[in-house]
Amino acid sequence: MKYLPLVWKNVWRRKFRTICTLVVMFVAFFLFGLLMTIRTAFTFGVDIAGADRLVLIHKVSLIMPLPVSYEPRLQTTPGVETVTHNTWFGGVYQDPSNFFAQIAVEPETFLKIYKEYELPTDQLKTWLGDRQGAIVGKDLAARFDWKVGQRIPITGTIWQPKGGGQTWEFNIDGIYTGGKNVDKTQFFFRYDYLDENRRNGQGLVGWYIVKIDDASKATELGKKFDDMFANSSAETKTTTEKGFVEGFAKQVGDIGAIMIAIVTAVMFTTALVAVVVMAWSVRERTSELAVLKTLGFPDPMILGLVLAESIFIAAVGGGLGLLAAWAFVQGGDPTGGMLPIFVLPPRDLVIGGALIVLLGLLAGAMPAVGAMRLRITDALRRA
Amino acid sequence: MLRWLTQTVAVTALNLRTIPARMSSSAVAIVGIAGVVVVLVSVLSIAAGFNAAMRQSGSPQRALVMRSGADSEMTSGLGGPDVDIIKQAPGMRREGQTPLASAELYVIIDLPKKSTPDSPANVPLRGVEPTVLKVRDEVSVIQGRMLEFGTNEVIVGRGAQAQFMGLSLGADVKSGQNVWRVVGVFEADGGVAETEVWADSRTLQGVYRRGNSYQSVLARLDSTDSLTAFRDWLTANPQLNVMVRREDEYYAGQSQALTRLIQTIGFGIAALMGLGAVFGAILTMYTAVATRAREIATLRALGFNSLSVVVSVLTESLALGALGGLIGGLAAYIAFNGYQTSTMNFQTFSQVAFAFRVTPQLLMLGLAYALLMGLVGGLLPAIRAARLPIPSALREL
Repeated sequence: MKYLPLVWKNVWRRKFRTICTLVVMFVAFFLFGLLMTIRTAFTFGVDIAGADRLVLIHKVSLIMPLPVSYEPRLQTTPGVETVTHNTWFGGVYQDPSNFFAQIAVEPETFLKIYKEYELPTDQLKTWLGDRQGAIVGKDLAARFDWKVGQRIPITGTIWQPKGGGQTWEFNIDGIYTGGKNVDKTQFFFRYDYLDENRRNGQGLVGWYIVKIDDASKATELGKKFDDMFANSSAETKTTTEKGFVEGFAKQVGDIGAIMIAIVTAVMFTTALVAVVVMAWSVRERTSELAVLKTLGFPDPMILGLVLAESIFIAAVGGGLGLLAAWAFVQGGDPTGGMLPIFVLPPRDLVIGGALIVLLGLLAGAMPAVGAMRLRITDALRRA
Repeated sequence: MLRWLTQTVAVTALNLRTIPARMSSSAVAIVGIAGVVVVLVSVLSIAAGFNAAMRQSGSPQRALVMRSGADSEMTSGLGGPDVDIIKQAPGMRREGQTPLASAELYVIIDLPKKSTPDSPANVPLRGVEPTVLKVRDEVSVIQGRMLEFGTNEVIVGRGAQAQFMGLSLGADVKSGQNVWRVVGVFEADGGVAETEVWADSRTLQGVYRRGNSYQSVLARLDSTDSLTAFRDWLTANPQLNVMVRREDEYYAGQSQALTRLIQTIGFGIAALMGLGAVFGAILTMYTAVATRAREIATLRALGFNSLSVVVSVLTESLALGALGGLIGGLAAYIAFNGYQTSTMNFQTFSQVAFAFRVTPQLLMLGLAYALLMGLVGGLLPAIRAARLPIPSALREL
């Protein structure tokens, strides 16, 4: 510990160079944080999807509807806690570029299964009593500056209202919130409103979500459901919600792999800069290190001093970079709704920390070993 | 003036010739800048590839008719009687009595991707009419034969066959209770149709329980100018509730959101990485100047003017930038050009296969950015070199 002042002095020996190195480190880890966030965004929050929730879709494909009559049959199966269904609405608010998800749900069972959506009780009460009611996520409400009680027109693309035209009217009855991992950009409205007013497709729903009481029975129950509806006109395919979201993310493609590739490129470049800079600064100090050795500093101590210096630079620059990335992500999605799940997972913060230490060690290792092996007489003569 | 020029050339040449002697410090700038260029060019090549696939799909010679309000073929719906009326519209090319129009269905079939065999992907399945090859004249069957209408035969796009499992010639594709038989492979000039599987629309209506309904009508126009006549007739018809779009505009619109997202991410990352690389270049050039402080001071003492010193340092840093840019561009080209992949088109929830495209424009952009980074990185060190106080620099050991 008493050598800290020495390390400190060495770090600031060439102020400008140290500052440049710090900036390079800062940028590298700021980018690391952002890329990991984007990567998480493209997995659609797969880490938070429940393993005790099963998703039933039509066997042919997600876009094929299922009959609403499956609900009681699912509900009465032993091991099932709650059943609800969703239907994709796919409407357009004002302009097609204002995309957000609109889903028709059964309010009570839906909120019973998705406890992570937090809705004030009075707003829930209004919603249950209002057929045209809808609840929207906090981020979505902020995006369009919607207030509770407002009336919102949405143009149907798949479903047309019976009464003619293409516009559906909704009342915003509530604004839901939730933890960091909850997608707060969605629009949920009542299935009964949709079903009674659409021109065709009565009695059809998009997909079912089943909450089971024991996550370990997921595979077994999934098979049971699929057998139940086998050879009917609408056969089903059951997966866990996690598997479902994962499958969806996989369809988008190798975003994760691309992000990792970019991070690798960034880290490689940064490591190279750090190694070369450390090597310069040690080479410059050859004679000073020789003097230290002459004074009786043991070899491991010299090694430690140089390593401490490089780790210090890596830790300060990289640490601040990670911190800045974290702070930036707290500010929420900057693209206005394209990346609804915008969080920097703690796991990636830990990985980032480990990378910082690794980079510091790597940058310091070569010059430090060189400094340790230095022969006093050669070094002093050279100076 | 001439003397100034010869001086500048002399110093610059000296600097450039000595770059190899300062390899380790130059590497910081070169590799740093090359890294940025690789990332910039390769990320943008994704957007370029996707965009190209979508744009090659549409022709200004064709018009797409969908129910008004529908934002894609996926959400559109047209009844059989509507389709019969649409086929009577003026402005459409006809061969004898047959209008060159194909009433189509657009649905999804789950097939595993080759890269992720354990999870299904939404492969577009298009129901077409016998006129389809005349409407889409760029499509040709390159293997096997055209499907026979009225059966459960399908032909698959080249891209679909490459990306998804179980679409080889002669294979049976099970989907729900139905089985499709692959009898041919087609190409479509690299357009998105190559990711699709085509079946008879009548057969598809039965399998997907669509009754006598379709989703869109694709019509071949008499000429590119006859769109207005075609559109006016259809939208003025009180029996119909449709909208008409030129096919190339439809596909261009579909690629917009994803292209923009990728470009935003690409430019954002490149800008940040560029900041890091600029500081790397500054470090390099400062070291270059510092190790040559005495030489520079000597030159100045001999009467070389400081502007030629500035120019020489800047040229060196630009040369490093150019080298980094070239290496980066080349690496991106070798690694990514033509890389085949597929992603989800969110407008239709279906897969689009495309290849990364490292275009000459992207390479130029990468090189320009590399030069900019070199220039910015060399500026401060150059000024410092010019301002070096001669006596103390000469005295410095």
